[in-house]
Amino acid sequence: MTALGNYKRERIDALAARAGQLPEGDAGLSLTRSAFRRLRRDPVAITGAVIVLVFLLVAAFAPLLAPKDPVTQYLLSEIRPGTIPGSQEGFPLGVDNLGRDLLSRLIYGSRQSLLIGVVSTVLGLVVGMSLGVLAGAFGGWVDTVVMRFVDIILSIPGLLMAITVSVLLGQSQLSLMIAIAVVQVPIFARLLRGSMLAQRGSDYAVAARALGVRKGRIVFGHVLPNSLSPVIVQATLSLATAIIEAAALSYLGLGDPDIARPEWGAMLANAQDFLSIRPALAVWPALCIIVVALGFTLLGERLREALDPKFRR
Amino acid sequence: MTAVPTAGVPTTGQDDLLRVEDLKVHFPIRKGIFFDRTVGHVQAVDGVSLTVPRGATYGLVGESGCGKSTLGRAILRLEEPTSGRVLFDGTDVAALKGEPLRQMRQRMQMVFQDPLGSLDPRQNVESLLSEPLRAHGLAGGKAGIAEKIRGLLDAVGLPSAALRRYPHEFSGGQRQRIGIARAVALEPDLLIADEPVSALDVSVQAQVLNLLEELQERLGLTYLVIAHDLAVVRHISDVVGVMYLGSLVEQAPADDLYEQPLHPYTRALMSAVPVPDPEIEEERERILLAGDLPSPADPPSGCRFHTRCPWRQETRCDDEVPVLRELGPGRLVSCHWAEEIRDGVLHPRSPEEVLHAGAATRPGTGGRARDDDPTPFLGRDQPLPRAEQG
Amino acid sequence: MSSLQAPVLEVEDLAVRFTRRGEQSTRAVDGVSFSVAPGETIGLVGESGCGKSVTSLAIMGLLPRRGVEVTGSVRFDGNDLVGAPDHVLRGLRGADMGMVFQDPLSSLNPTVPIGTQVTEVLLEHREMSKAEARDEAVRLLDRVGIPDPSRRLKEYPHQLSGGMRQRALIAMALACAPRLLIADEPTTALDVTIQAQILELLRELVVDSGTALVMITHDLGVVAGLCDRVHVMYAGKIIETADRRDLFARPRQPYTGGLLSSVPRLDSARGAPLTPIRGSARDAIPWSEGCAFAPRCDNAQDDCLTEVSGSTVPLVPDGPGRELRCRHPLEHPSAPSGATASGAAR
Repeated sequence: MTALGNYKRERIDALAARAGQLPEGDAGLSLTRSAFRRLRRDPVAITGAVIVLVFLLVAAFAPLLAPKDPVTQYLLSEIRPGTIPGSQEGFPLGVDNLGRDLLSRLIYGSRQSLLIGVVSTVLGLVVGMSLGVLAGAFGGWVDTVVMRFVDIILSIPGLLMAITVSVLLGQSQLSLMIAIAVVQVPIFARLLRGSMLAQRGSDYAVAARALGVRKGRIVFGHVLPNSLSPVIVQATLSLATAIIEAAALSYLGLGDPDIARPEWGAMLANAQDFLSIRPALAVWPALCIIVVALGFTLLGERLREALDPKFRR
Repeated sequence: MTAVPTAGVPTTGQDDLLRVEDLKVHFPIRKGIFFDRTVGHVQAVDGVSLTVPRGATYGLVGESGCGKSTLGRAILRLEEPTSGRVLFDGTDVAALKGEPLRQMRQRMQMVFQDPLGSLDPRQNVESLLSEPLRAHGLAGGKAGIAEKIRGLLDAVGLPSAALRRYPHEFSGGQRQRIGIARAVALEPDLLIADEPVSALDVSVQAQVLNLLEELQERLGLTYLVIAHDLAVVRHISDVVGVMYLGSLVEQAPADDLYEQPLHPYTRALMSAVPVPDPEIEEERERILLAGDLPSPADPPSGCRFHTRCPWRQETRCDDEVPVLRELGPGRLVSCHWAEEIRDGVLHPRSPEEVLHAGAATRPGTGGRARDDDPTPFLGRDQPLPRAEQG
Repeated sequence: MSSLQAPVLEVEDLAVRFTRRGEQSTRAVDGVSFSVAPGETIGLVGESGCGKSVTSLAIMGLLPRRGVEVTGSVRFDGNDLVGAPDHVLRGLRGADMGMVFQDPLSSLNPTVPIGTQVTEVLLEHREMSKAEARDEAVRLLDRVGIPDPSRRLKEYPHQLSGGMRQRALIAMALACAPRLLIADEPTTALDVTIQAQILELLRELVVDSGTALVMITHDLGVVAGLCDRVHVMYAGKIIETADRRDLFARPRQPYTGGLLSSVPRLDSARGAPLTPIRGSARDAIPWSEGCAFAPRCDNAQDDCLTEVSGSTVPLVPDGPGRELRCRHPLEHPSAPSGATASGAAR
């Protein structure tokens, strides 16, 4: 190589030194963090998150936000058969057939709907995941027993199951939550088990075995964390269905018997007698249910995409 | 657990690190709605014996479905052997279980085909490389592990900036380097590499092959390299074993095998591997095989290759199972007619003739094609067309 | 065997740009030109991500319209296909141009028997009765070497082995005697002995029916045995074009030479040293900044970079029948007759 040649290779040598090295930027970004990054840039996910957040805030600060007490009866003198007062000074959405402020009831109702949705989903998630882990981690006869049990639960229609639980445990808010949770259990159990079985056969699990990693660590350190994505997505989507289901059960009269706690489903049920007089009584709670369920669904669907390895760069 | 035969143990050579004796891996085929019934067995590996001397590289070659990967995994006890022995440095690995088996894994490691799939996507490189060390309580303490990991990265040619990164952030070749670093972290004696380069881009394959050779020299490793690519196997191996339908059909020193393949299947395989040189490609003899691989659930009788073999003879091939016999120094072959074929006494037939001969003598017995075709499929291509023209 | 006939397919300055919302657009294919004549086989060679498959999809008009911008021209029989309406492309695909993909299983409809899939093509593009189409399908399956074709017609893709599926796919591609066949890694998923059968089938097809074949592959061995002319691609551009003998005997682009000296060859001795190319395809720099291969190239000089030379590296004629995109190509001093590439490359 001539001196000229040496001189002429300066810049290219700098470039060559970088070949085979690591690309810059985004260094050390774990899958979870890159999934969140994608979510943060996703307008649909943000829409879902904002909806959910608004409802959560409303529920948390209901006493501050509600203009009136949700159970006190007002304007009783104006309520006659065939007329229920509409929007007016102090009652932006009017009152219901017993003179209770509709807006305040909707605001307080968000507490019940979200509480029932979250508690029942968490309950279903915990029980379902435990069963799923049991089946997925041990396999063999444990798997067979657990999954047949889950199949039995699954074979009973959801609503019938919920009614049975309500009847057995007596009508209360707790039994409503349990009823909804029981319906969710098989979904989570099957999902996690299937996901774990698939992950157990994957190369990295075999590799861990070949390395002499202990079985417990393989299952709980590798297989389980990698099996969670579909469960997380399902839990988000389940929040939506749980809220709808709670409303449905309340509508059927199996909801919370405590009239001091307004609930959207019960409000909807109550409103159907007055549909021809004041449809707004049904429209508003229905709208709340739809919007909050939509919020969770949007978030869940986008979470699915963000966590899906197929969308990984 | 498999029964361990104690009688008739062949004398183990002093410097043989791995000795596989009559290893069989059969997978049950189960059917049934309520109760699974075993209706048959896939004979993935059916009686393979081989020996790998310490410090040597044994290349195992064969096409998909021949059982080479299953054999590799069975040696590491990642698949349960049905019978046979795997003597690793004198210990029968096939009979170990529980903690002794886990301890043994320290000494035999594996490199996988799919470098991304074999790395847990949620672990960064530091965690990936420290895991085997922690599992076996090696390199003691945080500082010790950190130092060891830096050494490993250096050995496989990755910058220490890689530590905090996750598998999806690397290129294919870099991922395979991580996989190799993890495998050698425990300073094993034996490394089984299952298709270590077939998932990589052509320009990167050589990097990984060179790395494997370099590590072998530096760490005194013994390799069992499993690959479908005969060129890769020939390049890296001292001894090559050719598998077909669960058994070893030929074994020879790498260069000898290329100079003079003895088994008809090896000859066909070798003639099918494309060589990046037009002159050679035009003048080569091409031995096209008739049809597809028969199902390992229902292997042909006699010689397993007889349904596709261009040299099949009227006698012995159909009903007598050939044994692996020594034909020269270090040269093992399981073919009844190996000498006659080598000396040119017997001539190959075209795939059409193979089909007709087969159809005439054994209608529908054994040798069913993978898709349950009673007649072996026939390539209609003429053999040696280029040779005839040129 | 190159022919003097007018080319069936002429690709000129083809470029494909992918644009994704919120991200910079990427050029997968950048100024690619080549042509194929009847009875000729050309090879597009390169590693994953070099743009060879995108090129084939762009020719067939199979790229999605959204987020993809195709420029340049693809002339089939003189008619430009870029921007041609869908019904024109649909008429050509299957009838005049056929395509074979890498993965035969996902290219076949799993719920429809093989026979129906073949006759469908015939009914669509050729005026045939159902009975005629069936007979023709049997003839086609027999031609590609599927035994007992009349029985096979009723079988579903999953009942066939990999080699058989690829044959069925080739039969479908041949259904209307296309004048152009594009094969995108047709043997990559197959075993070598089956690969040999399929390659022989393709060879025969080109010789017997004068089909023009575009072979897309990463396997230099396949190219050496099949293609008349070879185009080597890197980072979306053709970097070297040559007849197959010239290319393998005297590779000029350091990338081509590097590829040849980095693959283990069946006919080289045990342990013969391999000279790898450093880095990976990820290290490519944008062509606007210089030669994309420069960071990995041992021959690279500073003028391989645009900032030094003031222009991007052009594809220029390099002797008879050859084109080269390189400022510092490999030299082959002694006129090598029959010399192989491994010795000459470095």
